[in-house]
Amino acid sequence: MKNKALFHIARRGELPWLKAWLIRGAAILLALLVCSLLMVLVTGLNPFDVYATMAYGVFGTARKTWVTFQKLAVLLGISLAVTPAFKMRFWNIGAEGQVMIGALACAAVMITLSGVITSNVVMILLMFIASLAAGALWGFLPAFFKSRWNTNETLFTLMMNYIAIQLCAFFIILWENPKGAGQIGIINAKTELGWLPSLAGQQYLIPILVVAILTVLLYVYLKYSKHGYEISVVGESERTARYAGIKVERVIVRTMVLSGAICGLVGMLLVGGTDHTLTTTLAGGRGFTAVMVSWLAKFNPIGMIFTSFLLVFLQLGAKEIASVFFLNESFADILTGVILFFIIGCEFFINYKIEFLKISKEA
Amino acid sequence: MEPVKNAVKMVGLTKHFGSVVANNAINLELHEGEILSLLGENGSGKTTLMNMLSGIYYPDAGQIYIHDKPVTIGSPKDAFANGIGMIHQHYKLVDVFTATENIILGLNEKGRLNLKEAGRKIKEISNKYGFEINPEQKVYDMSVSQKQTVEIIKVLYRGADILILDEPTAVLTPQETDKLFAVMRNMQKDGKSIIIITHKLHEVLEVSDRVAILRKGEYIGDVLTKDADQQSLTDMMVGRTVSLNINRPEPVDPKPRLEVKGLTVYDELGVKRLDDINFTAYSGEILGIAGIAGSGQRELLESISGLYPIAEGEIVYHNPKSEKDENLVGMDPMTITKAGISMAFVPEDRLGMGLVGSMGMTGNMMLRSWRNGKSFFVDKKAPEQLANEIWRDLEVVTPSTNFPVRRMSGGNVQKVLVGREIAQNPAVLMTAYAVRGLDINTSYTIYNLLTAEKMKGVAVIYVGEDLDVLLELCDRLVVLCGGKVSGVVDARTTNKRDVGVLMTRVGGNEHEK
Repeated sequence: MKNKALFHIARRGELPWLKAWLIRGAAILLALLVCSLLMVLVTGLNPFDVYATMAYGVFGTARKTWVTFQKLAVLLGISLAVTPAFKMRFWNIGAEGQVMIGALACAAVMITLSGVITSNVVMILLMFIASLAAGALWGFLPAFFKSRWNTNETLFTLMMNYIAIQLCAFFIILWENPKGAGQIGIINAKTELGWLPSLAGQQYLIPILVVAILTVLLYVYLKYSKHGYEISVVGESERTARYAGIKVERVIVRTMVLSGAICGLVGMLLVGGTDHTLTTTLAGGRGFTAVMVSWLAKFNPIGMIFTSFLLVFLQLGAKEIASVFFLNESFADILTGVILFFIIGCEFFINYKIEFLKISKEA
Repeated sequence: MEPVKNAVKMVGLTKHFGSVVANNAINLELHEGEILSLLGENGSGKTTLMNMLSGIYYPDAGQIYIHDKPVTIGSPKDAFANGIGMIHQHYKLVDVFTATENIILGLNEKGRLNLKEAGRKIKEISNKYGFEINPEQKVYDMSVSQKQTVEIIKVLYRGADILILDEPTAVLTPQETDKLFAVMRNMQKDGKSIIIITHKLHEVLEVSDRVAILRKGEYIGDVLTKDADQQSLTDMMVGRTVSLNINRPEPVDPKPRLEVKGLTVYDELGVKRLDDINFTAYSGEILGIAGIAGSGQRELLESISGLYPIAEGEIVYHNPKSEKDENLVGMDPMTITKAGISMAFVPEDRLGMGLVGSMGMTGNMMLRSWRNGKSFFVDKKAPEQLANEIWRDLEVVTPSTNFPVRRMSGGNVQKVLVGREIAQNPAVLMTAYAVRGLDINTSYTIYNLLTAEKMKGVAVIYVGEDLDVLLELCDRLVVLCGGKVSGVVDARTTNKRDVGVLMTRVGGNEHEK
């Protein structure tokens, strides 16, 4: 026989988690190796210097470390938000818009009520409610249409992104400060009204803590609550869900409202906690990156801490080496691409094994 | 007698899946021009063995000989190169393609695509073996048996002379099965060698020359069909003597439990699926529903359990506790449960409706109990306990109660489902094709469980396809034909022929008891 297949791909049974993590570790090492080769061949730089610089960019100073954790919190927060919907196999790619609309609602409260309300606590409470409600609405609409008329949620949520971003653009011009600047500038710069307070002298600590608590809550919600069980069953099969007496439409709408509300909350953390302004690039594509974070962690909120850290590390590290070594930003993108390729690719080896055929000798 | 030549010879074939030995040093021979039945319980390794022959799995050890030449089969392509073609249980056809397009799909013939020539060749094959097929017909317009025909022609077209049929009759009506067997005999006359996997012993006895038996991954032996009968085959398969008689005690104190009156439903395309259905299910009896597949069985059970929109009619439930009557029309499964009506339902689509494939036994037990208690959180203890009981009592083969049920064998999946439904202590128990695809031993386990429920005073509704079983297991039969009741008969006094007539008689006289 000619053209004999030399290997065969077979599905693995359950792999012990230790072995799975060994494979993942090996993949990262391999990725670093390939990146090193690239660096030496293309730029002639010492790869160890480059990696050290990346690490410096992420943890080099106290300030850098806080920025890292702040960025981690934002990405993790959005990833947590999309997860319940994904577990339900509701392909919500509208997190970007849900964050933006939450941020817009937050900014609206801060700007329009700055003359009316003087108490910081009341202000923050109102911001919180407004952002949550706006995000929830952005989650509710596609879910409602899906459950009523079976519209395609992927297209619907994608379109909602543009609506949210355009609304932001409109209001930025409406509220521009100073006039003609084309941007809002720092909101309530003098009074700091509606700014989330610093905790222990750290400006970013509150957003970080909020997301940390959220992670635990969502983990418990998905794993142990009745709602979490309903989400898993609906995700697996709507027919089974109906059979078990689960009201599928209600679960879809409820879960998307939750998903959207968490996004709205992240929008508020961004405006009230860190940026204190509203720009159209506030979410900066993280609504889409979050999809990858959630998938990579297989929808496990605890796992998402690691996957979102990985992505933040790559992003900040890449920025650092680009500026230190005067490298084109594209080179940093190449490194990020290589590393992600290996990490995502190794999942194949966790799920499948390759069996090499023992070619039998003629008997 | 001339010496037999082997079309296939397997020596010491072994296959492990993790720690499970699916096949242990199997030696099997298929003679040229013979029909061999491969018999074994669920999970005995029949399909694994055949998958190694057709290139889907690669053996861990052992050697395959085709026409006495050692070969290495590493892919389905290799299998085809050796003239081996397998017809799987689940058809792999492109719905929007015609028969011809499906048949030539994946063939790398030189030159331009010549559909006409292919169609001619297909006609030729059909005439030779007696298939009825229209090469221009699209797959989505085909019945299950026509799709199967396409699958068989597909492998013949590729020049296979060794055919493997994995449970080909599971989805066919008796008439279609007869046709298939006639085709198989024609192929045999033409010198093809055939392996057929089936659970139905009477078919084994009818169609095959020889029977090979597997049990728990081991090769038990083979026997010439003419020297075998149902009892001897069962004993070899199970490893001990099994009674093949279904015990049917007289119903004790039957009382009306569920009354269906004038039930009419339409599907989403507006086609009438049930037309003025009337019958009563009594407590303490098994009411069989007979009919050709698609005569409204699924719609009937789903209507009763609140999963199908009802256009007209009443479904009256006589509550044995409160002695109250309740009309179930307009209730969904949640309201039915909340009203204190304990109805259990084993649907036809086990993994798509009755169970959650990715969850383990415990998670699946929770499908019925997840709402219990006021807590925001689910109670996992009681379901875990129930899962363990079912695991033990029904001898479910699974590594743990958290092992995804999707990856269990068919019989075990059904044990989990039936076990859970019975554990609800239902007043009405409905089952749809409860033993489809199950081996003899598991089937009898299910029959005994249903009879035990009947003796507890449950009204059991049993939708079945095997008339022999329906007549032996049930007390009364409702025969459906085209969405109408064509007769209600006493299963003890009627016979297969009469029921067969009712099954094909549209709009027969109702209520002839």
